[in-house]
Amino acid sequence: MSNAKVYAKITTIIITLFSMSAFAASGGADLAESGIDPGNISSLQRGARNFMNYCSGCHSAKYVRYKTIGKYLGLSEAQLIDNLMFNAEKSFESINVAMRPDDAARWFGTAPPDMSLMARSKGADYIYNFLKGFYIDSDSPTGVDNLVLEGTSMPHVLWNLQGFQKAIFSEHEDEHGNANLHFDGFEPVTAGSMDAEDYDEFVRDTTNFLAYIAEPVRSDRRKLGVWVLMFLIFFLIISSMLKKQIWKDVK
Amino acid sequence: MARIEAEVGKPKGGLMKWIDDRFPFTETLKYHATEYYASKNFNFWYVFGVLAFVVLAIQIVTGLFLTMNYKPSAAEAFASVEYIMRDVEWGWLIRYLHSTGASFFFIVVYLHMFRAMLYGSYKKPRELIWIIGMLIFFVLMAEAFAGYLLPWGQMSYWGAQVIISLFGAVPVVGEAIVELIRGDYSISDITLNRFFALHVIALPLALIGLVFVHIVALHEVGSNNPDGVEIKEHKGADGIPLDGIAFHPYHTSKDLVAIIIFLMIFSAVVFFAPDMGGYFLEHANFEPANLRATPEHIAPVWYFTPFYAILRAVPDKLWGAILMAGAVLLPVFLPWLDRSRVKSIRYRGWIYKLSLTTFAISFLILGWLGTQPADGVYVLAARIFSILYFAFFLLMPYYTAIDKTKPVPERVVYHG
Repeated sequence: MSNAKVYAKITTIIITLFSMSAFAASGGADLAESGIDPGNISSLQRGARNFMNYCSGCHSAKYVRYKTIGKYLGLSEAQLIDNLMFNAEKSFESINVAMRPDDAARWFGTAPPDMSLMARSKGADYIYNFLKGFYIDSDSPTGVDNLVLEGTSMPHVLWNLQGFQKAIFSEHEDEHGNANLHFDGFEPVTAGSMDAEDYDEFVRDTTNFLAYIAEPVRSDRRKLGVWVLMFLIFFLIISSMLKKQIWKDVK
Repeated sequence: MARIEAEVGKPKGGLMKWIDDRFPFTETLKYHATEYYASKNFNFWYVFGVLAFVVLAIQIVTGLFLTMNYKPSAAEAFASVEYIMRDVEWGWLIRYLHSTGASFFFIVVYLHMFRAMLYGSYKKPRELIWIIGMLIFFVLMAEAFAGYLLPWGQMSYWGAQVIISLFGAVPVVGEAIVELIRGDYSISDITLNRFFALHVIALPLALIGLVFVHIVALHEVGSNNPDGVEIKEHKGADGIPLDGIAFHPYHTSKDLVAIIIFLMIFSAVVFFAPDMGGYFLEHANFEPANLRATPEHIAPVWYFTPFYAILRAVPDKLWGAILMAGAVLLPVFLPWLDRSRVKSIRYRGWIYKLSLTTFAISFLILGWLGTQPADGVYVLAARIFSILYFAFFLLMPYYTAIDKTKPVPERVVYHG
């Protein structure tokens, strides 16, 4: 078999593998894209601040150490202690909450989940849409429901930033004559301290941070991957030359 | 003593002679490498055996280092995997190599098996190599299944729950078998412990033993080739097959190129897409196992989904389990189901070519269907492709007997 044919086959396999992954990624519900930029360090720093100020009271990130965050986000020990470590003494500690899980379950109905891996289990888009998806629902004990997670027991903790909004639904009949609720959009009811654009940025930064802590090594592995592939390409050239030399006498 | 006398006169001395007088080192090396002759016309499809060996090595080495940091207990397993991913030096790399290796093991082994079907490598005199290979495949499935429980994520837990409960479909003794596997009334710490023991000791030992026997059997009979010609039937004056070239250095230097290309694809996944969009590492498995919350959609890892789709295509649980087991076991009988006079697809008629293509497509579509929810048109599709899957094997004695074959050349076809 000629080399060209072999390479064509290898390319087919690679394309098949990657189209498989692309297909899986598109399998979710109709969530708006978060548009996060994992390489934007200042966005991550703001996200860390947001998480520590608004989320970490209830949500732990128990596999994440402050030190790890400091290293990638370019924060010194002193900056970590002054700005992020409200609940810890040493930077090797991880992000824990003081609230006991069974107390939390009694107060909220369910214990607030750990945030270490939320971006890997649900995806960054899910978090982004969830934080923007609270709307007024007078039937709910928290006064709000969420478009992404219906019946969530989480209150709208960012209400003073976003304000409250209501969701507009319209009823449609499908071809079988069943009534379906269709979500048309949000409508602001009370204003928060941020306008829509600032709140969107706030949520995007927070999502970016959560995506970062879900796999802190992500950027390192991609950088290393480039070197590994470059080495293998070099090694491939050498080994092809070796093969050609050895096979010269095969007729 | 006989051997020592026989070796006298050979221009060899020093350490090698000292060893060879006591252990057949040089002899073994010659038998399996420098004087093992395999056909010179091996193509693309012939690299997957050696690649499976490479993946086995990757899995054993990375597995060893994972074992040093992993805690096989329901309370600590999930956290210990995150500890490996975040705090252990290079732990993330070792873990991704191992998790990616699991998927690539199946990719490589499926392609290796398909090669055997393309060129009739299971046919006489290689029936036993094929059967040992199928045993390797069964052990590999058990190994992967046991390993998948260890991270103790939601999908680990509920996937194992679904598969183990299948044994409950066996009449009378079903529940007893299920309890025996779990060691408990539900999947628990006890189950995790025994799966860990199986995954790191029992099954790898069986795997290595079987791989050894697979290669010994292969080197006894000799490798097949894309023409399905027995190269040993045409030997030169020196007793070496005319179309054969030594495994080392010829095939080893060619395999090295294949190994590097493989490692490039492998590394691309490890470093740039270790989740593979949720196929290699399922999203739900980043949540710790929770007995009280069943995930919306339970699907086994991709390499089991063709068989899972067959299971779900049958409305009855027992018959579903029987058919699934049948789908896994049927290939064992290929050497006797195939009545064709020729081995290679190159000299077979259109009926076999069409059947094999239909089979391969059915297998891939069943694999995709196994990842989808089991309702409506998906179930219908799974039924149709399950029938095609079984028809390939069960009708084989008829269609291979009537299929028109082309004349097979005396020697292998090789264009330098």
